Amino acid sequence: MKPRAQSSLRVAVTTAAVLGAAGAAHAQDQIRVVGSSTVYPFSSYVAEEFGATTDYSTPVVESTGSGGGFKLFCQGVDEDTPDVTNASRRMKPSELKMCQENGVEDVTENVIGADGIVFAQSKQGETIDLSREQITLAVAAKVPKDGELVDNPYNRWSDIDSSLPDREILIYGPPTSSGTRDAFEELVMEYGSEHIDGYDEGYTTIRQDGKYVPSGENDNLIVQKLAQNEAAFGIFGFSFLEENRDKVQAATIDGAEAKRDQISSGEYPISRSLFFYTKNAHLEEVDGMEEYVDMFLSDQMIGDRGYLKGIGLIPMPQDQIEKERSEWEERVKVSASDLEG
Amino acid sequence: MTDRISLTPSRHLKKRYRAEKRFKACCIGALVLAMAFLVLFFTDMIRQGYSAFYETQIRAEVTYNEDTVEFAMDSVSEEVFPLVSRAFFRGVPRQVENNPDLMDTTQTQWLTAKADVDQYLKGHSESLDPEMKASLEQLQADGDVGYGFNTGLFFSGDSKIPSNAGLWSAFVGTFYLMLVVLAISFPIGVATAIYLEEFAPDNRFTQAIEININNLAAVPSILFGLLGLAIFINFFGVPRSSALAGGLTLSLMTLPVIIISTRAALKAVPQNIRQGAQAVGASRWQAVRDHVLPLALPGILTGTIIGIAQAIGETAPLLLIGMIAYIPDAPGNLTDAATVLPAQIFTWAGMPERAYVSLTAAGILVLLSLLIVLNATAVILRNRFERRW
Repeated sequence: MKPRAQSSLRVAVTTAAVLGAAGAAHAQDQIRVVGSSTVYPFSSYVAEEFGATTDYSTPVVESTGSGGGFKLFCQGVDEDTPDVTNASRRMKPSELKMCQENGVEDVTENVIGADGIVFAQSKQGETIDLSREQITLAVAAKVPKDGELVDNPYNRWSDIDSSLPDREILIYGPPTSSGTRDAFEELVMEYGSEHIDGYDEGYTTIRQDGKYVPSGENDNLIVQKLAQNEAAFGIFGFSFLEENRDKVQAATIDGAEAKRDQISSGEYPISRSLFFYTKNAHLEEVDGMEEYVDMFLSDQMIGDRGYLKGIGLIPMPQDQIEKERSEWEERVKVSASDLEG
Repeated sequence: MTDRISLTPSRHLKKRYRAEKRFKACCIGALVLAMAFLVLFFTDMIRQGYSAFYETQIRAEVTYNEDTVEFAMDSVSEEVFPLVSRAFFRGVPRQVENNPDLMDTTQTQWLTAKADVDQYLKGHSESLDPEMKASLEQLQADGDVGYGFNTGLFFSGDSKIPSNAGLWSAFVGTFYLMLVVLAISFPIGVATAIYLEEFAPDNRFTQAIEININNLAAVPSILFGLLGLAIFINFFGVPRSSALAGGLTLSLMTLPVIIISTRAALKAVPQNIRQGAQAVGASRWQAVRDHVLPLALPGILTGTIIGIAQAIGETAPLLLIGMIAYIPDAPGNLTDAATVLPAQIFTWAGMPERAYVSLTAAGILVLLSLLIVLNATAVILRNRFERRW
């Protein structure tokens, strides 16, 4: 029985050594950021700049989606919970409640700018103007007809409105897990269905008969598909449009062009604000956290001539940036009443 | 009698030959198809990726003085500034700090160009700001535009500035991860296999263990990620995104591979080796340690290397334990946040900037080369040291 004892001893020693090392490691000198994949490129850009120009180590930025970010962020105030979470939508009151139940009481909310969602097609095709109502009718699972909701019968854009081109309906868009999909449903379909007679309330179910193709989280793939098929449309964030203007163009929505100024002024209707939330309980424990947020809110980053504009962020007007900064300086706490309505 | 056995090929025989030929053709066809896909994949990756291995550089006079340390954009001429990667200007104060002799001098340097310029010159993108195009043409005419090896691809970490992005932090992360996987799964795997093969009685219990180990080898890798998250991170408190958490998780995946291949290698050692050793008075443990194990070692190592190679290419379980993230600094120890090569490739594939397309392909080529080296080592080990009985 001796050999058995020896081999199991070796196993025990190895396991103990590994777990011992794990237990000892807890001190935190690195900022941890989680959250929205839309804010991720901006947040990691700031993180890189922060790491390269200060003596603090580069923050770790993880793209978990807005909802996943809140879940991690609101787990508690332990050192190993994230310090900052990014979101492409506002925190929900239920999420704040979860935070508070776990002791995360003091949270500051900041807006960094906006992001537009574009409805794009191949550059080769003719320019097109669409209304949110028309897009809703093209993607909804059920549409009103003769007073009742029926399965979407439209196969071509000209079926929806005779002024639209006789062109097959084919839309590549984000899958259900995506924040872009949430925003699209809210900003286009909810608005659209409320302005079409026949829907009783906001309708956001997307058709599943192959006219709308959920295309994974990789927007580069959608751009490639559009370049190959002139009839197709794609739904993705403004920064992908900016980078691929030689291949794709965006439809104008309700007459407004998908351009920076129009999105910033709110004239272009499909845009949303981008947020980050800071866990103030960690400010003292985590080195450089304050400086990181300061840098994020500086003109150098989110200002009208800031770096983030170059990678697709739509900057806010100057007075709003200043308001965000003063709210951060005063560490204004998010409360449930802010988040409702 | 002789009449009944005809030596001329009968119809039946011809039919059998035809069937054999058809079968052979099918097999060759399958091989050709597999090769064709492989060649297609490789040529596509090389076509997309080769250009990331070199970069556009611009020769410029760089002035280092107190002003330019503060406003780095003034360190080069106005025409050159928009063409040069921002990573250079950001680094000017550091450069002077590390090398004070630079202060108050003017140096002629080859600077890495901005990704837009690089992509334009490589023909990947047609659009370039007309003003930049004009100054670029002027520089080209003067011979101040050149190409150099993209050292940053191997020696700098991830970056949101495409011309500055590289694989270094992913290399180091992969190395640490493999260290952990090796340190855990090799001893545990080999010990388990030796026990099961050499010492354990053959009963219901050991049979159940065997079935479970074989089953474990086929479990989808994402489940190991969930397990790693629940046990190592949430229960034992291993830091999220660390090489230790990743290594422990991937060890679970590699263990069955090592156990199965070690058992196969032990099984291949003939019974008479054990009997011979025991006949001259060696204990069972001595026979295993001095005779069976050394003979089985090449097979064990081959299995281990293949298991490690599999772990290197794994991405899905790492998603859950936070290793697919923006981590540009190379980890200094096992508990620092780390990323790995496949995770880096995954991150780059989703970036909007055009330059990341070729970076992604280049990353894939590097990862594939690493895997080919590892697998070739396994084959060489096997061929050189394996004994046939």
